[in-house]
Amino acid sequence: MWLGWLVYLEIQETGSGLGADPREGMVHYLGVWAIRMLLLAFSVTPIRRLLSQPLLARCRRLVGLYAFAYVALHVTAYTVLYIEFDWGLLLEDFVERSFITAGMAAFTCLLLMAATSTRGWQRRLRHNWRRLHKLVYLAVLLAIVHLVWLTKDDYADSVYYAVWFAVLLGERAYRRVKPAR
Amino acid sequence: MLIGKSDKIKSSEITPETAYLNRRQFMGRSATLGAGAIAGATAGLGASTAAQAGLQSDDTITPERIITSYNNFYEFGTDKGDPVKYAHELSTDPWSVKVSGEAKKTGEFAYEDIIKGLTAEERVYRFRCVEAWSMVVPWMGIPLKAILDQFEPTGDARYVEFKTLYRPSEMRGQKAVFSTIDWPYVEGLRMDEANHPLAIMAVGLYGKELPNQNGAPWRLMVPWKYGFKTVKSIVSIRFTERMPKNTWHLLAPHEYGFYANVNPTVPHPRWSQASERRLPSSIFEPNRRPTLPFNGYADEVAHLYSGMDLNKYY
Repeated sequence: MWLGWLVYLEIQETGSGLGADPREGMVHYLGVWAIRMLLLAFSVTPIRRLLSQPLLARCRRLVGLYAFAYVALHVTAYTVLYIEFDWGLLLEDFVERSFITAGMAAFTCLLLMAATSTRGWQRRLRHNWRRLHKLVYLAVLLAIVHLVWLTKDDYADSVYYAVWFAVLLGERAYRRVKPAR
Repeated sequence: MLIGKSDKIKSSEITPETAYLNRRQFMGRSATLGAGAIAGATAGLGASTAAQAGLQSDDTITPERIITSYNNFYEFGTDKGDPVKYAHELSTDPWSVKVSGEAKKTGEFAYEDIIKGLTAEERVYRFRCVEAWSMVVPWMGIPLKAILDQFEPTGDARYVEFKTLYRPSEMRGQKAVFSTIDWPYVEGLRMDEANHPLAIMAVGLYGKELPNQNGAPWRLMVPWKYGFKTVKSIVSIRFTERMPKNTWHLLAPHEYGFYANVNPTVPHPRWSQASERRLPSSIFEPNRRPTLPFNGYADEVAHLYSGMDLNKYY
């Protein structure tokens, strides 16, 4: 919604909404929200347990798909606005720029998860579905690595997200080792 | 000092009218300021159009609003919008500059005293950032050689090193907890680069005093190098026999070298350098254009590097 407003401003007057380099601004903006939404989706289960709100389990898929929408828009914006469908350049980025490689790997994990997020796929894959969706751990880790590697200086954002991720991992680890009551 | 070639266009043909109006304003202001920060700038304006080198016919001057609101000046934060927001917290008056090293005249100098009697000229240069974006900027600048010669560098001065002010109380980026930069910001040039007529100290922009976010009161401008070489808000000039260790090189040696000449054939680990986005771009039109060797100033500067492997000395 906010991005829509920025794009509107941008169309009104170049450089007003998304800055002097709106393509960079757009890709960056979507990337920031993609990683935040991803962490939010990853937080749903711990929050559910913390608040003992079983109803929250239902919105896990919704939040996850929202996060994926941001991720997909981020990747699309990169492909359309940066790469401009120059597949040679995409390949060069993928091979030579490790932060792109990490980002692409995260995207692939999330794509697999989003594609299999329906009930039908849940049924078809049975217990493999759970295993497949463990990919979220890898995806979030790769997303943070992507951010760290592309950051030139001031790692504050990276640190905040990494701490958030570590807390969520800690909670899950704690649940595992804690003797069942 | 006539660098422009006859087949190249004069800046008057590409400078928008507003810039000229502003220039008159600059003259007026500096005249009233008298011995102020930009004293001496008035005399050179008339002759300045001859000093434009290598502008292409499709180079249009970037709007002032863009040049002064889209800055990499990590002393004020890493976001490009940070400098315009926070640079006003910096006080540039008084401004003192320490000159040291291999020169006859060293010590602490007031900025006004250094530029007194020197002439600022308008120089419209392409500005190419290592992040693959570029602008065209109408600087007011003093040839660097004229400034450095005052201190009478000795034969041992093979390089000159510049440092930005370190003042965390007024430069909030220097307080960032998770920053890995070892302040102050350091950059340097080989003496023959520093003495090249295209190298200037910029003291003004768009006919006005240099805004803080652009490196007030003065910043280096070497148009054939990536923007990170052009150290801002300089408080130290040191002549040295040995190559200075510049900040970005120290931070990521495989990414940033000492020379940092604009070179489309040497890709950076983060960005292909083959092309650039000329700002302001729009969502629909990236304004992408091929990057030129030495940022289009090869005729003027390529000889400085003859015999050097520019893949190695990037």
